[in-house]
Amino acid sequence: MITTQDKIQAIEQFAEQVTEVEGRSLWQDARRRFFSNHAAVISLILLTLITVVSLLGPLFSQWNYDDIDWEALSDISVLGRPNIENGHYFGTDTLGRDIFVRTLQGGQISLLVGIMGSAVAIVIGTLYGAASGYIGGRVDSVMMRFLEILNSFPFMFFVIILMTLFGRHIFLIFVAIGAISWLDMARIVRGQTLSLKNKEYIEAAYACGVSTPKIILRHIVPNVLGIVVVYATLLVPNMILLESFISFLGLGVQEPMTSWGALISEGAQNMEIAVWQLAWPLAFLVVTLFCFNFLGDGLRDALDPKDR
Amino acid sequence: MFTFISKRILEAIPTLLVLITISFFLMHAAPGSPFSSERALPAEVLANINAKYHLDEPVINQYFYYLGGLLQGDLGPSFRYKDFTINELIAQSFPVSAEIGIWSFLVALILGVGCGIIAALRQNSWVDYSVMAFANLGIVLPNFVLAPLCILFFSIYNHWLPPGGWNGGAWPYLIMPVIAMSTSYIAQIARITRGSMIETMHSNFIRTAHAKGLPKHRIIFQHALRPTMLPVISYLGPAFVGIVTGSVIVDVYFGTGGIGQHFINGALNRDYSMVMGVTILVGTLTILFNAVVDILYAVIDPKIRY
Repeated sequence: MITTQDKIQAIEQFAEQVTEVEGRSLWQDARRRFFSNHAAVISLILLTLITVVSLLGPLFSQWNYDDIDWEALSDISVLGRPNIENGHYFGTDTLGRDIFVRTLQGGQISLLVGIMGSAVAIVIGTLYGAASGYIGGRVDSVMMRFLEILNSFPFMFFVIILMTLFGRHIFLIFVAIGAISWLDMARIVRGQTLSLKNKEYIEAAYACGVSTPKIILRHIVPNVLGIVVVYATLLVPNMILLESFISFLGLGVQEPMTSWGALISEGAQNMEIAVWQLAWPLAFLVVTLFCFNFLGDGLRDALDPKDR
Repeated sequence: MFTFISKRILEAIPTLLVLITISFFLMHAAPGSPFSSERALPAEVLANINAKYHLDEPVINQYFYYLGGLLQGDLGPSFRYKDFTINELIAQSFPVSAEIGIWSFLVALILGVGCGIIAALRQNSWVDYSVMAFANLGIVLPNFVLAPLCILFFSIYNHWLPPGGWNGGAWPYLIMPVIAMSTSYIAQIARITRGSMIETMHSNFIRTAHAKGLPKHRIIFQHALRPTMLPVISYLGPAFVGIVTGSVIVDVYFGTGGIGQHFINGALNRDYSMVMGVTILVGTLTILFNAVVDILYAVIDPKIRY
């Protein structure tokens, strides 16, 4: 084909004028939907705020989470009240320790347990579900049967036995809580995997001789991530609740460290004389749980539009 | 249908056996024994006690002794409360837990379904919004948060209700435990019912019923209610487990003297047979209840045939 020099130039000029049309990816669409949901955005901001304050807040207080204020200790119900001047912004507990710093320190633990517990649950649940769904057949039915058996266990009782018998190490809390919460995740991922399994690209990978574990890790898992993210957000508040439940029974983190559940439990014992000991950790816990629930709902609407 | 039910109940047996085995070996793998106290017992006395409870034999023998006793319905002696057997202690405390649990369950179901249906029928009105606001609140206020708040409001500020105790199950002692246990389930059930009801009301057979000119109450109760209840029923299994677990908090917090209190004390004191007894009881109930829910599901949903 003969093309003259000036035609090429004209084409180049035209090409410069045309701005590139950008396709919108799935994730961009999801982001747009997410940011139009005000409740979810506000929740995200609040959660970021709570996280940052929990991490940095203790630096701005003159008290440490295990410091005892001997002066306030003499009369908690009066001197232990929330007070800006002596640095006890939220008051003190019955041992004269600063509630502000303890609430934030408890927040670090609660959020950490929430996130790490969910991480454990997600890893186990996703791999189990994807493997079960992809391999299929007899393996699938055995794995699902096992899941059903586990599902009818009163797990909270197991966690309590574990905590009382094997010490109250924080690592154990992650594992115990995570290990009992992956069942739903596995079921959801399996369902998704079943619908992905017969797609052409999986078939292509299989035809190329890619091994089964590799197909699961490289092709199945990345494609179920959207739904995993949504359920992870809804899992975190459940983890925080479970940890608080255990701590409320006095079986959670070890003193002098604390968590929201432990603080609520202590506060509840002294609420007749010092209601602030209950009020602050309670407020933080409830706001955080609220935010995670709204965030999860927002993400579900954004990533899974057909489910609205 | 009969084969399905009997199969479902037979399946519960191996599950229960797994539960018993795991919790038995878990208990015995832990360091410490029920009789290791600060004041050391003389060696001969300790040996005698260990021999009496078979603690000096290998764990596997102990396991079979325990299973043998269990087959005869004997949960063994308590290691802590010397004069009582576990059967006696559970017989004493279980009715308390059962009463609180049943009331909470009924309240959660009736109020939850009721609120959900009303919210769905008045969708996007103020009734709907207030029910949903309550539902969102209920989900983030777990039982261990509600229990102290209830006491603060009903007992300390207003002196309306006794702050704890049981008193043979008189109703003032029942109110706060039931509120603390049922609120989050009312909320969840209301949410599920509302979603399900809205979906049902938009389906074709409801439009047909409208077109036939049926009165509204007949459409709701005769046509819409049954499909609406399906997701609610599948939630009842987890709700039951949650209420059983929640009873631990209620027992500890309100001092009602149910099995939760025994369980926590047993776990803290290494009272093997107590912890095992409560775990087995709760496990059996959970498994049976899940089976009942499955059967109920099959009865209500005409699409499921076994």
